[in-house]
Amino acid sequence: MSKFFDKVLSKNELFLAFIILGLILIIGAINPNFFTLATLYDMLRSSVVMGIFGVGVLMVLVSGGIDISFTAIAAFAMYVTTRYLKGIGFEGSILSAFIISGGLGALLGFINAVLISSFRLPTLIVTLGTSNMFRGFLLAFVGTKIISVLPPGMVRFSRMELFPVKTMIGGTNGLSVSVFVLALVIPITWFILNRTMLGRGIYALGGDRVAAERAGLNIAFIQFFVYCYVGFLAGVAGVVHASLIRTASPFDLVGTELSVIAAVVLGGARITGGHGTVLGSILGVFLVVIMNNSLIMMGVPSYWQTAVVGIIIILGTGLTAWRSRRTHRVSLLDTQES
Amino acid sequence: MKSNSVNNQQKASKFGRMDSGAFSVGALKVDSNILRLLLIAVAIFLVMGLLRPHTFLTLRNFRSMSYQFPELGVLSVAMMLTMLTGGIDLSVVGTANLAGILAAKLMTTALPPGTGGSQVALVIMGAILIALGTGILCGLFNGFLVARVGIPPILATLGTMQLYTGIAMVITKGYAVLGYPEQFLFIGNGVVGIFPVPLILFAAVAVVFAIVLNKTAFGFQVFMLGTNATAARFSGINNTLVLLKTYLISGFLAGLAGIIVIARTNSAKADYGTSYVLQAVLVSILGGVNPSGGFGTVSGLVLAILSLQFLSSGFNMLRFSNFFKEFTWGFVLILVMVINYLSVTYQNRRRLARQKRMVAATDNLVDDE
Repeated sequence: MSKFFDKVLSKNELFLAFIILGLILIIGAINPNFFTLATLYDMLRSSVVMGIFGVGVLMVLVSGGIDISFTAIAAFAMYVTTRYLKGIGFEGSILSAFIISGGLGALLGFINAVLISSFRLPTLIVTLGTSNMFRGFLLAFVGTKIISVLPPGMVRFSRMELFPVKTMIGGTNGLSVSVFVLALVIPITWFILNRTMLGRGIYALGGDRVAAERAGLNIAFIQFFVYCYVGFLAGVAGVVHASLIRTASPFDLVGTELSVIAAVVLGGARITGGHGTVLGSILGVFLVVIMNNSLIMMGVPSYWQTAVVGIIIILGTGLTAWRSRRTHRVSLLDTQES
Repeated sequence: MKSNSVNNQQKASKFGRMDSGAFSVGALKVDSNILRLLLIAVAIFLVMGLLRPHTFLTLRNFRSMSYQFPELGVLSVAMMLTMLTGGIDLSVVGTANLAGILAAKLMTTALPPGTGGSQVALVIMGAILIALGTGILCGLFNGFLVARVGIPPILATLGTMQLYTGIAMVITKGYAVLGYPEQFLFIGNGVVGIFPVPLILFAAVAVVFAIVLNKTAFGFQVFMLGTNATAARFSGINNTLVLLKTYLISGFLAGLAGIIVIARTNSAKADYGTSYVLQAVLVSILGGVNPSGGFGTVSGLVLAILSLQFLSSGFNMLRFSNFFKEFTWGFVLILVMVINYLSVTYQNRRRLARQKRMVAATDNLVDDE
C-alpha cells in the first residue's frame, strides 16, 4: 500500500489525476447534476483558453524563463485583429482571424525574444515591462471601445457545436468546436518538446544554460522560438476567447496570467526550468478550471473562489517542494553511504 | 531570472571589486546607478516643469504628489527587501488589503457613527495594532512557506496573494467597508507642519530601512543571503531565520501600507490597488534592485519612485491617458535595463583595453631590460 502511495506521489501526473478524480467524486456526491454530458462540455469549453495559454507557459518555464506578458499579447492581437476584420467587413471563416492574430502574437513575442536574448535581460522583468507596454499601447493608441458585434466568421465558430444534448433548463448544449483548437495545440507542442532536437534544446537550456551552450546548442535560436511560439499561441487563444464570449474587449484577459502560471506549476513544471510535461500542465489547468467552476455547483458562494484557488496553489506547490526536498535528501544520503 | 553579466557586474561593484562602478565626488562616494537615477529624476522634473510651469511647479501639485506615492513607496520597500534575498513578495497588496479590512471592520463595529470621546483613541490604537499584526502574521506565513517548506518565493507568494485577497473577499463579500473616525483619517490626509502624514511615514520607513540594510548585522545577512545562499550558510548565517525575518518585515510594511490606504481613501476593499504588485516590482527594478538578489539601495528606490511620480503627474497635466502612462512605465523599465546592460558592456570593454595596455607596457619594460 505504501509502495502504491510512493508511486502516486512520485509520478506527478498520476497524483494530479487522482486529485481531479477525487474532486469530481466529491462534487458529484454533493450535486448529482455534475455527472452530465452538459457539464463536461461546459468544463471543456472553459478549459480551452487557459489550456492554450498553459501549453505556451509550459514551454517558457521548461526553457528556464517566465513570461507574464502573454495575456497582454493575447488581448492586443485579438483586439487588433477583430477591429481590422470588422473594418474591412470580412465575411470569411475564423481561420484568417487565427492566422492574423497568431502572427501578431508571434511578432510581439519576437520583441520579448530580442530583449531577452540580445540584451541578456532577466525574463521576468522584460515580460513585466513589455506587458505594460503592450497593454498601454493597445488602450492608449488602438482603442478602448468594446466590440460587441464580432465578424461573422468568429460568431459562426462560436455557434458550432457537436453531439448536442438536452440540458435541464430545456435548451441544448453541445461540445464546442473550440475544444479542437486545444486538441490540436497539445499534440503539436508535445511533438516539439519530445520528438525534436529543438525540444531537447529547450529542456537542456532550462536544465543548465552553460552546459547547453557548451554542448553547442544555439541558445539564441531556442529562445527566439520559445517566445515567438508563446506569442503565437497567445494570439490564437485571444481569438478563441473573444469568439466564445462573443465580444472583443481590450480590457479582457490581462490579470489572469498568474493563475495560468500557477496551474502549469501545479502540473509539475518547475519555475527553475528544465522540468515539465504537456500532460501535467493540462491536468493542472483542468484542476483549476474544475475548482473555479464547481464551487457554485457545490453551493459555495462565489466570493470564496479566490481563497480556494490560493489554498490549492499553496497546497499543490507545497507538496511538490516537500517531495523534491525529500527525494533530494534521500539521494544525498545515498551518495554518502556509497 | 538567472543571473547574467549585468547582475554580476552590479554585485561586483557592491563589494568594491569593480572600481568603475563607483567614483568619488568630493568626500562622497557616489554609486553610478544612483547618479544615473538622479539625472533621470531631475530631467523628468525639468521637462515637466518647462512644459507646464503654472501647474507642475506649484505647491498644490507637490502637495498632491506627496499624498499619492507613499502607499506605493512603502509597498515597494517591502518588495525590495524580499528581492534583496533573491525572492519576491507578490502578496504585499493582498496583505495590505486584508490588514486594512480587518482594521476597518474593528473601527466600524466598535464605533458606529456618532460615538466619540475617550473610546475613539483606544479603538484607533486597536485598529492599527490589528493591521500591523495581520501584516506580521501574513508575512510570517510567507516566510514559513519559503524558508521551511521550500516553495519558490514567486509561487509561495502567488498562492498567498490569492489566499489573503480571498480571505478579504470572504470577510467583506466583495463590498467596501466604509466610515472611520475623523482622527484616523488624519493618518491618510493630515498635515504636520507642511508635511503630509503619509509622506512622513514613508520617509521614516525609508530612513529606517536604509539604516537597517547598511548598518546592522541583519542587513548584512540579507545581502549575503541574496548574493550567495550557500556561501552565507557556510559562513554561519541562519538562512531560514533571515528569510523568516525578511518576509515578516515585508508583511509588517504591507500592513502599514494598508493603514495608509484606508485612511487616505476612507474605504477598505479586497481588490484595491491590484496593479500595485507589478508596479512595486517595477519601482524596485528601476531603483537598481537586482532581481536575483544581493544588490539594491533604498536611495535608488526613492529616486525611482520620485521619477515615476513626476512622470505620472506631468502626464496628467499634459492630459495623457492613464494607459499611455502604463505604456511609458513599461518602456522606461526596459530602456533603463538596456542602458544598464550597454553601459556595463562598455565599461568591461574599456577595462579590458586598459588591462591590455598595461600588459603591453610591462612587456615593453621587460624588453627594455
